Amino acid sequence: MNSAALQPAQSAHEPSKDVHAEMRGVTRVYGGDGKTGGVQALAATDLRLRRGEFYSVIGPSGCGKSTLLDVLAGLSRPTTGEVLFEGKSIDGRVPEGTGVVFQEDASFPWLTVADNIAFGLRRAGIDAAEIQRRLDYALKLMGLADFAKSYPSQLSGGMRQRVCIARTLVMQPRIILLDEPFGALDAQTRLIMGDELLKVWRETGATVVLITHALDEAAMLSDRIGIMSARPGKIIEEIKTQWPRDRDSRIAANPAFGEITARLWSVLRDESLKAIHQGNKSSAGLA
Amino acid sequence: MSRVGWIRLLVVGGFILAIELLCRTGMISPRVLIAPSDMAIRLYRLLLSGQANADIIETLGNVAISLVLSVSGGFAIGAAIHALPRLRRAIDPFLASYYALPFFAFYPLFIVMFGLGRGAVVAIGFLFGVVAMIIATLNGFDRIPRVLVRTAEVYHMGPVAAALRIKLPSAVPYLFTGVKLAIAYCFIGVIAAEFIMASSGLGYAIAYAFNNFDNGKMYALMFFIIVLVTIVNALFYTYERRLMRRWGR
Ligand SMILES: Nc1ncnc2c1ncn2[C@@H]1O[C@H](COP(=O)(O)OP(=O)(O)O)[C@@H](O)[C@H]1O
Ligand SMILES: [Mg+2]
Repeated sequence: MNSAALQPAQSAHEPSKDVHAEMRGVTRVYGGDGKTGGVQALAATDLRLRRGEFYSVIGPSGCGKSTLLDVLAGLSRPTTGEVLFEGKSIDGRVPEGTGVVFQEDASFPWLTVADNIAFGLRRAGIDAAEIQRRLDYALKLMGLADFAKSYPSQLSGGMRQRVCIARTLVMQPRIILLDEPFGALDAQTRLIMGDELLKVWRETGATVVLITHALDEAAMLSDRIGIMSARPGKIIEEIKTQWPRDRDSRIAANPAFGEITARLWSVLRDESLKAIHQGNKSSAGLA
Repeated sequence: MSRVGWIRLLVVGGFILAIELLCRTGMISPRVLIAPSDMAIRLYRLLLSGQANADIIETLGNVAISLVLSVSGGFAIGAAIHALPRLRRAIDPFLASYYALPFFAFYPLFIVMFGLGRGAVVAIGFLFGVVAMIIATLNGFDRIPRVLVRTAEVYHMGPVAAALRIKLPSAVPYLFTGVKLAIAYCFIGVIAAEFIMASSGLGYAIAYAFNNFDNGKMYALMFFIIVLVTIVNALFYTYERRLMRRWGR
């Protein structure tokens, strides 16, 4: 905890104009009517995201990470509490300026790569020259230039996910929310994709929230990492990495990387154990 | 062509050849069935004479109109029902048992409702085709990946835009099934309606030939319908396969 790289967040002391998005006492209960029954996915969760930071959320599986992202994106309403984006409360609608990348492949199989990426731009009625400009930029940035006319079925899983990232990024979102976007990819591809995400983050200046269950991914990519408890999830600890803005996956060779990973694991291990025991309890109940 | 394709061709060819032989050797009387080659020749002459052109054009028009109405209407109704789960649960049994109804038992009712003539024929073609399309749309919409529906939300798409731009293309493999069924049902509905409540069109012409013991013309027209339906289906299958291959389904 005393290591310079591992300072806890001091969010309470930040001036509020730096706060880009915020969750205040957000809970989320699935199903059930009113107070009884249902699954509580999120316990009262507070989160303050600074403008332009790279924030990762890590937690055991089933702890409510996707729920947190859904609520933050405006894809689902909090049961109690409030979500603010750029100072304004969002009410179960995705605010303008928010981009979301899902864990599942969300590319449109009926459109070419280029048409996939331009989808949102065309809907927004942006003029053709500007669409072309942003499209060319995104194709190049994501290494898809040679595949503009291909269909997603002709691409690998990693490339399809890049199509989805490109489709999000051309909209120039001010905040990009990613829910385990590399979950389905192999280890090497994940590292490369992480580097590409860092590049996007640097070039766009957007605030990035990355949901992940991979310790190394969180440790090497983030400015700050929020660790979630077992379900009902909430952020129980935040760790600051203090990496330089210009970084990539090779930072894993830095001794601080090991420290951060170890620190993450020491908190996460307990929560993962709890999550596993939760699983045992519910299966015993079913038997 | 694949091995299976050859076998299929052999089965169809063998069947036609067997009938040809049975007819030519007189084991089947020409008053019952005329030889397939004879059907083809008579159809050729009929088409050359231009006698049947008006009926053919009318029936094709009726089928086309009822098909367009069935497919677009069935999609719109299906999409609307899908958005209203409670309504859907209420009417599900009716949809499921729709084609179990012996429709043409109610033909006097149709005549009272739609009168006689083209409007009535198209209405019946539509009633026949539309429910297949509704069912296919519901089926397809049930299988749209949730992540694509959420993507529509991220792009601030309203219900109509999401239905047309995301759900429709996403459900296309299922919608194709609906279209194929609708083609078949529209042909059945239109031709059957022409039998009983029209004074023109292929259905009428077949019934007229039958009542006047004009076997040659009757079989020529039937042969025409078989060829026509086969061509329409083959074109549609080819288009479907090409599209599905490109989309990797
Ligand atoms: N739509 C839903 N209806 C009911 N329960 C849900 C729903 N979505 C998630 N849950 C439950 O909420 C908990 C948290 O889920 P989720 O946010 O997806 O976790 P994570 O993304 O961390 O794996 C899990 O126990 C899950 O089963
Ligand atoms: Mg999840």
